[in-house]
Amino acid sequence: MTATATKALAPPRAQRRRRDRAGPLEYTRRRWLQIVILANFVFLYFPIVSLIAFSFNDSKRNITWQGFTLKYYVKAFNNTALHEAFGHSMIIATTSTLVSTVLGAALGLALYRYRFPGKGPFEGWVHLPIMIPEVSMGVAMLAFFARVDLPLGLFTITVSHIAFSIPFVAVVARARMAGFDHALEEASRDLGATEWQTFWNVTFPYMVPGIVAGALLAFTLSLDDFVITFFTSGPGSTTFPIKIYSMVRFSVTPEVNAASTVLIVITLTLTVTAMVIQSRMGRKPRA
Amino acid sequence: MSDSTTSPAIVSLRGITKRFGTSVVAVDAVSLDIAEGEFFALLGPSGCGKTTLLRMIAGFEHPSAGAIAIDGEDMTGVDPNRRPVNMVFQSYAVFPHLTVARNVGYGLKVTGVPKPEIDARVAEALSLVQLEHLAERMPDQLSGGQKQRVALARALVKRPRVLLLDEPLSALDAKLREAMRLELVRLQQSVGITFVIVTHDQNEALSMADRIAMMEAGKVRQIAPPAELYEFPNCRFVADFIGKMNLFEARVAGAEGDRVVVEAEGLGRIALPHRSAASGEIGIAVRPEKLRIGDAEPGADRVRLRGRVVEVAYYGDESHVFLDAGTKTMIVANLPNEARSTRPRVAIGDALWISWDPADTLVLAE
Repeated sequence: MTATATKALAPPRAQRRRRDRAGPLEYTRRRWLQIVILANFVFLYFPIVSLIAFSFNDSKRNITWQGFTLKYYVKAFNNTALHEAFGHSMIIATTSTLVSTVLGAALGLALYRYRFPGKGPFEGWVHLPIMIPEVSMGVAMLAFFARVDLPLGLFTITVSHIAFSIPFVAVVARARMAGFDHALEEASRDLGATEWQTFWNVTFPYMVPGIVAGALLAFTLSLDDFVITFFTSGPGSTTFPIKIYSMVRFSVTPEVNAASTVLIVITLTLTVTAMVIQSRMGRKPRA
Repeated sequence: MSDSTTSPAIVSLRGITKRFGTSVVAVDAVSLDIAEGEFFALLGPSGCGKTTLLRMIAGFEHPSAGAIAIDGEDMTGVDPNRRPVNMVFQSYAVFPHLTVARNVGYGLKVTGVPKPEIDARVAEALSLVQLEHLAERMPDQLSGGQKQRVALARALVKRPRVLLLDEPLSALDAKLREAMRLELVRLQQSVGITFVIVTHDQNEALSMADRIAMMEAGKVRQIAPPAELYEFPNCRFVADFIGKMNLFEARVAGAEGDRVVVEAEGLGRIALPHRSAASGEIGIAVRPEKLRIGDAEPGADRVRLRGRVVEVAYYGDESHVFLDAGTKTMIVANLPNEARSTRPRVAIGDALWISWDPADTLVLAE
């Protein structure tokens, strides 16, 4: 009786001796793969980490590490030209996000919902701006604005940002709708709701995570766009990325690093927010 | 309750046809009446048009021809939200972003019912389906059976004249499905609303419905109460779809009063009771549970033939014995396992007599 009890309590011999080996599909537990992953991370993030690190460098030429300082952040914050450029970027990003989100979400919904002649080519055409090289689009925009005699400035930048953001919002909104059960809309109608009530009470709440994600995508795209903005900006409408570029052309001081770091932080915050919102809201509707 | 001649028709279909595109005819000239308070089933294989018919009653599809009247009113051009019917969807379609209580109250809220009344009716509907304790849950915290109850409560709270159910039990596991059958019947009896259920599961239709419309390829083949549909199918399709059937090809050889004499494959010349006239090539059929098999030679008053056991399928409550009697298809006989024993009553290779009462034989002219 006692003997069997002790036997049962003792751990099996094999388990005591060694940890079990990685299973045939447990690739992440293989040493060589772990090294490859690590190398990838270093390759991807080392430049960014060093950029951020050197923004705290107490050296004008910013080649070797001279000591920690925050003075270049202070300098960047006191740089009125940089301020102005940042203000421009925020105005453009906000306006273009608002407009492109409404249009893009409506477009995504239409592509999900309706079948019409020529839908295939239309869809391809809608997604084209995502694939067209930005340079080509910038040149095209510039040629267009010149043709219609529109003076280059904040307005033309905003218009072009709206144009290239719409497809991104539409793609995200449409992807969200792919998991939508059409019976939900029918159930709503069946229970007495009008089409309008059905949209706002059933369809729209389901779309919200997609719309939020699309909007944040549009915002970050607009905020750090360089190429298209470069072609469509005029005198007095310098945006943040363009300002940083022009600063680099004179000298790479830690002030540039500081300004870039601020941009990274803003973009990162928005992206993480988008992901959190999407995962939190995405969990509930997927019943 | 199921007598359609005395009760007024709550749903009346007249010559309903539905075409999709130019070539597909999903529903073909269907006319039928569903009586007030009836539990009515539309039964048929997938693609027979039963769901399309239900969706036309709900108003999600418009008939290409024909007219639907609900409660005496023509429904042509009436939107789904203005029809006195509600539907339980196959996927339940429970709104994922609303709590159980708000799901159930949705149909009342959008039509402007005052809040205190909504609360009272939601509580009533939830107690009807025994979900009071889950009122504040979100749908993703519910099991499939619970979601279905929400869908039921959400439809019933609207107090429809007719409740439409599209394959309501197909997403549930077997045990729960059986329990829900009984519960749906209980629910229908307690609320007294007409239920129209679409199903491809004959057991579901037979066990729940007062009357069944058997559909094939867009057409209604037979409308009858379950027992009549099972024991007196009017064509080969219905006979074959409902339950199991042993079919023999036969030829009418003559008539003797109210009996018809047929020459059947493997059976020879037999006289069968048959009321209406029949001629030419026909089918005769008998249900597996009507067969007797054994060593003793049956009386000459029974239809009989000899066969050899080829296969025995054990189901616990009964065994299905497959016999080769030289006919085109194998003969199946159901053998109830009446005595508690692990020893099979028949063995493969046994040569046995197969027999049945001529009165149990169906004559299928179509």
